[in-house]
Amino acid sequence: RRDVLVLTPWLAPIVWEGTFSRDILDAQYVQKNLVTGVVTFAVEKYVPFIEGFMRSADKYFLAGHPVNFYLFTDNPEKVSHLQMAPENHLFVIPVQNHSGWQDISTSRMEIVSTYIHSRFQHEVDYLYSMDINVQLLAHIGVEIIDALVATISSWQFTPHPEDKASEPRPESQAAIPEGEWDFYYTASFYGGSVSEVYKLTRACSEGLMEDRENGIEARWQDESHLNKYLLHHKPTRLLSPEYYWDAEL
Amino acid sequence: RQDVLTVTPWLAPIVWEGTFNPEILDSAYKPLNLTIGVTVFAVGKYTRFVRHFLQSAEQHFMRGYRVIYYIFTDSPEAIPQAQLQPGRRLVTVPIQKYPSWQEISMRRMEAINRHVAEVSHGEVQYLFCLDVDMVFHNPWGPETLGDMVAAIHPGYFKVPREQFPYERRSSSAAFIPEGEGDFYYGGAVFGGLVRKVYEFTKTCHMTILADKANGIMAAWQEESHLNRHFLSHKPSKLLSPEYMWDDKKPKPPEIRLIRFSSVVKNYKEVRD
Repeated sequence: RRDVLVLTPWLAPIVWEGTFSRDILDAQYVQKNLVTGVVTFAVEKYVPFIEGFMRSADKYFLAGHPVNFYLFTDNPEKVSHLQMAPENHLFVIPVQNHSGWQDISTSRMEIVSTYIHSRFQHEVDYLYSMDINVQLLAHIGVEIIDALVATISSWQFTPHPEDKASEPRPESQAAIPEGEWDFYYTASFYGGSVSEVYKLTRACSEGLMEDRENGIEARWQDESHLNKYLLHHKPTRLLSPEYYWDAEL
Repeated sequence: RQDVLTVTPWLAPIVWEGTFNPEILDSAYKPLNLTIGVTVFAVGKYTRFVRHFLQSAEQHFMRGYRVIYYIFTDSPEAIPQAQLQPGRRLVTVPIQKYPSWQEISMRRMEAINRHVAEVSHGEVQYLFCLDVDMVFHNPWGPETLGDMVAAIHPGYFKVPREQFPYERRSSSAAFIPEGEGDFYYGGAVFGGLVRKVYEFTKTCHMTILADKANGIMAAWQEESHLNRHFLSHKPSKLLSPEYMWDDKKPKPPEIRLIRFSSVVKNYKEVRD
């Protein structure tokens, strides 16, 4: 690929179709006997997305490798009939719903970090957080497996990406000084090794909590905090917007 | 850089001038308080290269980081006392001299492996194994750090795979069949996390011994074994030939900066 940037200035590869050989990567992954987890939330109005997401993820996410899907939902009955591929597992974790989607979005970071600590770290080596309101349309494979992985938001490729990145409330813990950011990452798909994801979700939930105590809400909620974290803890691998395209655009 | 390959098919970066920002890398690595080890072998007449190697390393290698030079030698008294920057020190490691230069070269793997197990694993986080008959001309910094790092041989980076001088005899443990192989890596530069270097040197030493038992010596000694190993255990980072250049070669446009290159010498004279 000569038409796109394939390496960041800190030498993290940016994954685009055509930049890698899935066969070589599969062989390396299998050699290490790894298990990867996916964590996703389906609360209230997001419950109808469960079926579409789970079917497509079961089919396309790390196909052929064992995957643990962790689904946090306030509607566990909706899930009981789902059939997964033999190497995959679905774990349904009931949660209470909260008023307003901003609230569940805020505590997602905290929930994930808590569960990593108490459970996920013992069950998976790598963990990815994905929004439920997506359908995978093509294979997402082991090219995503690395220590700290973030997806470049499709907003990066719009005429004024800095508009999305700018945080109008500089007192927020998520504020990034103008011109200092590298890329704008989406909170809809990120992950990495269980220890790196723990550090990230811990840091973000602490930032969110501090903002809350000061009565501030960062503009894009956990996405703003994610971007602030990744500015100072550079991802070891980036996924191109091919991996998550925002339908809003 | 659009003119060269900067990422391998297994998503390992290939480090070229222009692909990285040294400041960003320094700000990520300096806070980790790392100590970087370097092994060089100065046996017999090769001790004459140490002074210039060290002088140039002091100027260009990992500036601002803690460094330990491990000089493996059969004549410690021939190693010059060098003035080093603060945070950097030199240690001589006594080793046996073998009768032939090929044997000396191949025994490096065993010596490095043993030394890692006994000493350097506790002193450094990253270790580079370099040839001593070479000199630094430009910065060699944290862009080179990685789990397992190999360098592309300057003579073969633009050459098709069929022409790589892999060991082609199937009786050798370093055998790579036609049609296989990613790159031709040079034996003069490799490195990585100290435990990865330990595993790597152990495996290479084992395959070298296997060949010895079968009365065979690989085409390019330990370099052949190194290439065999990196085919099945791919490096996590590659260094472009900027990091292992041959001054006898004319500089092509892809090489914007020569960082480390071989000293012109009379092979016959120095290997006796």
